[in-house]
Amino acid sequence: MKRRYFKNAVLFFAAMFLLFSPPAHAGRIAEREILPNGIILLHSEKKALPMVTVVVAVKAGSIFEPSEKAGLANLTADLLNEGTKRRTAGEISEEIEFVGGTLTASGGYDFITIKLTVLKKDIELGFDLISDIILNPLFSPDEISRRKTMIRNAIIRQNEEPGLVASKAFLKAVYGDHPYGRMIEGTEETLDNITREDLVAFHEKYYAPNNSIMAVVGDINKDELMTLLNRYFKDWRPRGIKTEIPPVPEFNRKRRVIRINRNITQANIILGHPGIKRDSPDYYAVSVMNYILGGGGFASRLMDNIRDDKGLAYDIYSYFFANKYAGSFRVELQTKNRSANTAIDEVLKEMNRIRTEPVSRNELSDAKSYMTGSFPLRLDSNNKMAGFLIATEYYGLGLDYAENYRKFINAVSTQDILEAARKHLDTENYILVVVGDIKKTELRY
Amino acid sequence: MRYIILRILLLLLFVLTPLGAYPMDIREYTLDNGLKVLMLENHKAPTATFQVWYRVGSRDENIGKTGLSHLLEHMMFKGTEKYGPKTFSQAIKRAGGRDNAFTSREYTGYFQLIASDRIGLPIELEADRMRNLVLTPRAVLSERDVVMEERRMRYEDDPRNLVFEEVMAAAFKSHPYRWPVIGWMSDLKGLDPRDLIEHYRTYYVPDNAVVIVVGDINPEEVLAYIRERFGEIPKGPGIRRLRQVDAGQSGERRVYVKKEARLPYMLSAYKAPDIRHEDAYALEVLGYILSGGKSSRLFRSLVYEQQLAVSAWASYDGLYADPFLFFFGATAAQGRKIEDVEKAIIAEIEKIGKEPPTERELRKAKNQIEASFIMQQDSIYMQARIIGSFEMAGGWRLLGKYLDGIRKVSPEDVSRVAVKYLTGDKRTTGILIPLEDGVKK
Repeated sequence: MKRRYFKNAVLFFAAMFLLFSPPAHAGRIAEREILPNGIILLHSEKKALPMVTVVVAVKAGSIFEPSEKAGLANLTADLLNEGTKRRTAGEISEEIEFVGGTLTASGGYDFITIKLTVLKKDIELGFDLISDIILNPLFSPDEISRRKTMIRNAIIRQNEEPGLVASKAFLKAVYGDHPYGRMIEGTEETLDNITREDLVAFHEKYYAPNNSIMAVVGDINKDELMTLLNRYFKDWRPRGIKTEIPPVPEFNRKRRVIRINRNITQANIILGHPGIKRDSPDYYAVSVMNYILGGGGFASRLMDNIRDDKGLAYDIYSYFFANKYAGSFRVELQTKNRSANTAIDEVLKEMNRIRTEPVSRNELSDAKSYMTGSFPLRLDSNNKMAGFLIATEYYGLGLDYAENYRKFINAVSTQDILEAARKHLDTENYILVVVGDIKKTELRY
Repeated sequence: MRYIILRILLLLLFVLTPLGAYPMDIREYTLDNGLKVLMLENHKAPTATFQVWYRVGSRDENIGKTGLSHLLEHMMFKGTEKYGPKTFSQAIKRAGGRDNAFTSREYTGYFQLIASDRIGLPIELEADRMRNLVLTPRAVLSERDVVMEERRMRYEDDPRNLVFEEVMAAAFKSHPYRWPVIGWMSDLKGLDPRDLIEHYRTYYVPDNAVVIVVGDINPEEVLAYIRERFGEIPKGPGIRRLRQVDAGQSGERRVYVKKEARLPYMLSAYKAPDIRHEDAYALEVLGYILSGGKSSRLFRSLVYEQQLAVSAWASYDGLYADPFLFFFGATAAQGRKIEDVEKAIIAEIEKIGKEPPTERELRKAKNQIEASFIMQQDSIYMQARIIGSFEMAGGWRLLGKYLDGIRKVSPEDVSRVAVKYLTGDKRTTGILIPLEDGVKK
């Protein structure tokens, strides 16, 4: 009985699928230009709404800071909208909020991001503000101490969240002393080491137009944009930039189990190991493989087995963080303390299965149809488009990436997946982090 | 799969509405079986969202059987006779779409996001699962276990959400808003699958549902297909609903939660009217003046100047069918007393009650409301969510009235509603006392 229904369903969906026309390809999704001062500009005019989104990415993330001053890159970004030579912190927020816009600056591992969203009618003010905070931050001692206090509190609060505690321990185990192995906020101790001079010097060294990518999406044409850029970014002078990226330490391939005790009802589990870089030739095979293993939500094996069949977890997924200079792989889940062993058993079983048995043809074709077919959803708002443009430029993917992506994904074979799984999943030498009531878990690992 | 809305609703208030330069041109239809259809064209990208909202949430449950609506939301992904188990999300994904669902005190919603030329698939699948879900006791109990894990993650191990749960349970007495959407743990443990099946049979009928479609669509074509797929489903026998009224409050209520945490936290909830009340507009503006960004009063005073708190916020939550709450929340900075944070918030409330806000503050709040109305249209998903939330709270046309109401608010109105509603006797406050390894520090 059950089988017949299944067959019907397959037939129905197959038929349904034939009726779909392939999604239209937009061709080039933006115009790219390198401005005389070196800014890489990506512009996509969208007239549907009278609003404009500007995202500036500056290659001034945590990977460029010394470990004894961990948190320097994040604090530099954080202080951009806390006062400039022309405006106090209060004036900046008052001006942007008065017109219902937003202006934020946030840290990151590779690059920091400044983001502006304003109505079209307020675009002049928006450009004035975003250029002011990038070019002329004041780093006043008063604001520095204020933001340090805020960040210290945020670090304390991170300790409240078991998932974050687990993630912190995992990154440290994978990357050791490399910046990818710590939180961008730094620690309470390293924050103490950061002086005003450090902030000014870091800003001076890295915040240069020839070290930045700018994406502009929304109701603004090229002429209007160039006029604004001339008015507000012309004084931003290019500089010689020498960047040294600390080498990623060799991972000590030995199984490690990290237990962190908390008086809570669930074990927060992360199991994983080093992964791949974004430019790895295996990136697309790994992406499809991971979709089937645990990246595809309810279409994934981990979700199907551990949540749907066994009722052991609400949220379970696997993920490859493929950064520019290194990457990691993790499976993450939460389950009641006493189910921890069973859940970990099943995770390893699934990792092992995808390493030893080819995925089925249906799994492969389902994964491909989702990954290629959902592309329009990745670009359907100004906000998503701006983020996408920054990423394609930073990782050197090209403006025809939307089309190439489809080709890369469709080229992945069952054999590629098996090889990718064998090469990039390790069921012996992994890091296992458990944050929970350790006694109750009776952990066998 | 499925999230519970709690805070999301607070977020929704950023988006109110107007009829300014970019009105929402919503079309409304009702099929013969009572199914309401709301459609809005938005051609900025070749995508669309299809959503079905049922008028059932935790308020329709009973003590001892809480959490049924949310568990049913999970079960809706388990399969029908026609398509077999576990097929729903996989079919949507195969077509390049995404799907999920949400449950609140008053409604349960299902949504798909998909390339607009594939909109037929969610229409077909949603129509099917409105009536033909396969609910076996075994599958229900297995999913119940998943929900218990969800509850552990979201509540038992999240002290702030526990404070929220406690505050709600104390603020309401005779109204079912008092229990959590996810249900009490003991009710989940003792769940009888027959109650869930009954819940589904009663509430999942076309005349208790609203379909919302937003995106790059041709409304006539989409309506024709909706009619074809949903039109044959018979009307329900009618739902007997209780109209509960909360017993009122004549003095402050306080609750304490001692849990693993690092920083003290407080949440205050004042009884406030729902969105259909004429004071709703001034309360909305009041929320923005107190808490609309870093230039607003609470941030300026508590976080920036006094450095008492790490975060401090206020939010009027009126998108409910019955009177709900105006919230204040804050996390104390390390070494600061939560009592002092609480006093500072009350001082701000008294200040705005005594002295109306400046014209510029008022203008800023109105600008923020108006701009966010335009900006939220960047996401078709959010647009549909807003339409749905208003529809559930009293009709989507309230959306149109709203900006007019906001525009008319005067500085004196803001002070007046602060005095009228933000009074100690109508307040319920929850305090989180942090423990480390079970010990108070």
